Amino acid sequence: MTVTSMRRRSTAVAAVDRPGRIRRGGPWGFLAPAIVLFIAFLGAPIGYAAYLSLRRVKVSGLGLGAGSRTEVWAGLSNYGRSLTDPEFLPSVARVGAYGLIVVPLMLGLALLMALLLDAGRTRVGGFARTAIFLPYAVPAVIASLLWGFMYLPRISPITDVLTGLGLQAPQMLSSGWILYAVANIAIWGGTGFNMIVLFTSLRSIPTEMYEAARLDGATDTQIALRIKIPIILPSLVMTFVFSLIATLQVFAEPMTLRPLSNTISTTWTPLMKVYRDAFVRNDVYSAAATSVVIALATFAISFGFLKLVGSRAFRQED
Amino acid sequence: MRKTIAGVLAASLLLLASGCSGSDDDSGDQAAGGKVELTYWSWTPNMDKVVETWNSGHPGIHVTVNKQDGGDPAVAKLLTAIKAGSGAPDVMQAEYQKVPTLVSADAIADIKDEAGSLKDKFPESVWNSVTLGSEAVYGVPQDSGPLLFFYRSDVFDKLKIKAPTTWDEYAQAARTIHKANPKQYLGTFSANDPGWFTGLAQQAGASWWGVNGDSWSVNINDAATQKVASYWGGLVQEGAILNTPMYTPEWNAALNDGSQVGWVSAVWAPGVLEGNAASTKGKWKTAALPQWDAAAPSGGNWGGSATSVTTQSKHKKQATEFIAWLNTDPAAVKLLAGTANIYPAVTDSTAALSQPPAFFADQTDFYTLAADAGKVAKPFTYGPNVNVAYNAYNDAFGKAAESKQSAQFTSALATMQTTTVDDMKSAGFKVAG
Repeated sequence: MTVTSMRRRSTAVAAVDRPGRIRRGGPWGFLAPAIVLFIAFLGAPIGYAAYLSLRRVKVSGLGLGAGSRTEVWAGLSNYGRSLTDPEFLPSVARVGAYGLIVVPLMLGLALLMALLLDAGRTRVGGFARTAIFLPYAVPAVIASLLWGFMYLPRISPITDVLTGLGLQAPQMLSSGWILYAVANIAIWGGTGFNMIVLFTSLRSIPTEMYEAARLDGATDTQIALRIKIPIILPSLVMTFVFSLIATLQVFAEPMTLRPLSNTISTTWTPLMKVYRDAFVRNDVYSAAATSVVIALATFAISFGFLKLVGSRAFRQED
Repeated sequence: MRKTIAGVLAASLLLLASGCSGSDDDSGDQAAGGKVELTYWSWTPNMDKVVETWNSGHPGIHVTVNKQDGGDPAVAKLLTAIKAGSGAPDVMQAEYQKVPTLVSADAIADIKDEAGSLKDKFPESVWNSVTLGSEAVYGVPQDSGPLLFFYRSDVFDKLKIKAPTTWDEYAQAARTIHKANPKQYLGTFSANDPGWFTGLAQQAGASWWGVNGDSWSVNINDAATQKVASYWGGLVQEGAILNTPMYTPEWNAALNDGSQVGWVSAVWAPGVLEGNAASTKGKWKTAALPQWDAAAPSGGNWGGSATSVTTQSKHKKQATEFIAWLNTDPAAVKLLAGTANIYPAVTDSTAALSQPPAFFADQTDFYTLAADAGKVAKPFTYGPNVNVAYNAYNDAFGKAAESKQSAQFTSALATMQTTTVDDMKSAGFKVAG
């Protein structure tokens, strides 16, 4: 029904115009819903954020009473302020260090677990898979609260156990440990998801390959290193890019842990700075500028990385 | 991470949506028979019950309470409605430190002409918060939070020490207690609670903002505040008190198990202690806030709010009549104290507060202490960017508390001062000095 009426309408359009129009207009008609949704829910907000990043509020005099605030054109001054903010670069560096801890550890663990599960030695495979995946289903805020309670020495069962064993429990929320404390939550929550992605692509490898390898005398370790990992390299690249993006956007964990200690500032990560500017300082304009910078950096890093390894990684598939 | 961003976006959309839907309330205005409908945003528990009394006694003006989540979300919502041009309530609860921000955003109205003479009914420090030291009146004070000192009398008795009357004695008591039991502390310096520190600075005589003619002055890094910062920094540095924030599960546990044996807090503390450390009931006592100069007692506030009329209200006169009744009429004040459980800001609230709070049932002089503390509170003016200053407090004092170096506490003040002044200047405010 719909298709017929659609076609009839395009024919009608074509009748008024010229015949060649059918082929050019048709696809756009089918794309229209997607394009409209894309523009309404992605394009327009991004455009509005970019517009806001070029504006600012100008206050006159005491700034009290009606008409003392006007929104004016700011040029690139918001960008200048955002990039030269003394808190911005340290927050970027912090996220860099955080990424160096999280990404290799999380992907390494995920890969190891995927390979172990795939090796099929364990009878509790299904249970283990669910158990490893489960933390991913816990929202980051809840996970941070859970871990936050375990990091607080007075109420932490971990501290009790360690002290019981005569060991000194680390002050997880002190400045020396805080980065690991946050990274730990991310690894706990993210390993399962990456493990499932890698495990699924391991499962799609035809078993004939393993048989052939075994006939040639390959051990399990050799099969893992020389067959499995090279074949699932595209999946590894994909999980790496996802993890990279998640790292750049780390927000919920430090935000939730912040009130528990003195060590996490309100500008601890770039996204926290955006949040602070927008909702604590009521300065959406600076927040928009910083958001645009973060978005551009994320694009540049993700696509740069894909370009760097992409061709090489995907060639393995052939 | 995606989920979080989506959550934040969804929350702000909700805010927008709820801000917009508020405009439906306006259509209820001027209902049958010239009856005026007012909406009132408040987060005080049981405020609807207090307002019921008004409604039954004033058939011409009907007030509907719209329960809010709290001070910060309500302000965000109000500012959104103001920006959108509709959707704001007629009457709004506004924390004292938010008043300048709301005035600056043209969200709350000057009701000087409608309010008449309310000034004499309130302590000077509180009245100052709704006038910003000017001729205008931006609301009627509702509740206040005079600072008091709460301590575990059993611990003090055992060590044969008396409740401190000066800050020197407080420091001495802190040392004695921690020495007698290394697990016990008399207090903590909380980098998470700028309102607490502001109250202490207020007691010492600071007033962080001020209006001189057509320009603002900012005095966060003044001698009085420096005295307060280096005092607490010194106690943290020598280890006599803790450096961890208040209102954490850790702090609750410490209050409960008797390792946190004192709290410099405000008149509303009994409610918090009852909720967080119910098992210690009967062991606490209240005393006046320790003084810098025992001969000239002074005080500060932590918390409190005013009731304001928004600029979008079409019934400024009726709204002012309502908020004046709510916060000064003896019957209403009694309801505020008894039903809404707040400490009314009016000077003569003693009639409404004859019984001490349940958690301090034996302390018959509780409200006398509170009233005395309220009377000596020093005037303090908040500025238009309290949010920026408070945020700078969180970050700068967080670092200082973590370092446990007294010198860092005073340099944190310098950071607060520069951050606040820079923000005002870059926004275009006229700042003197």
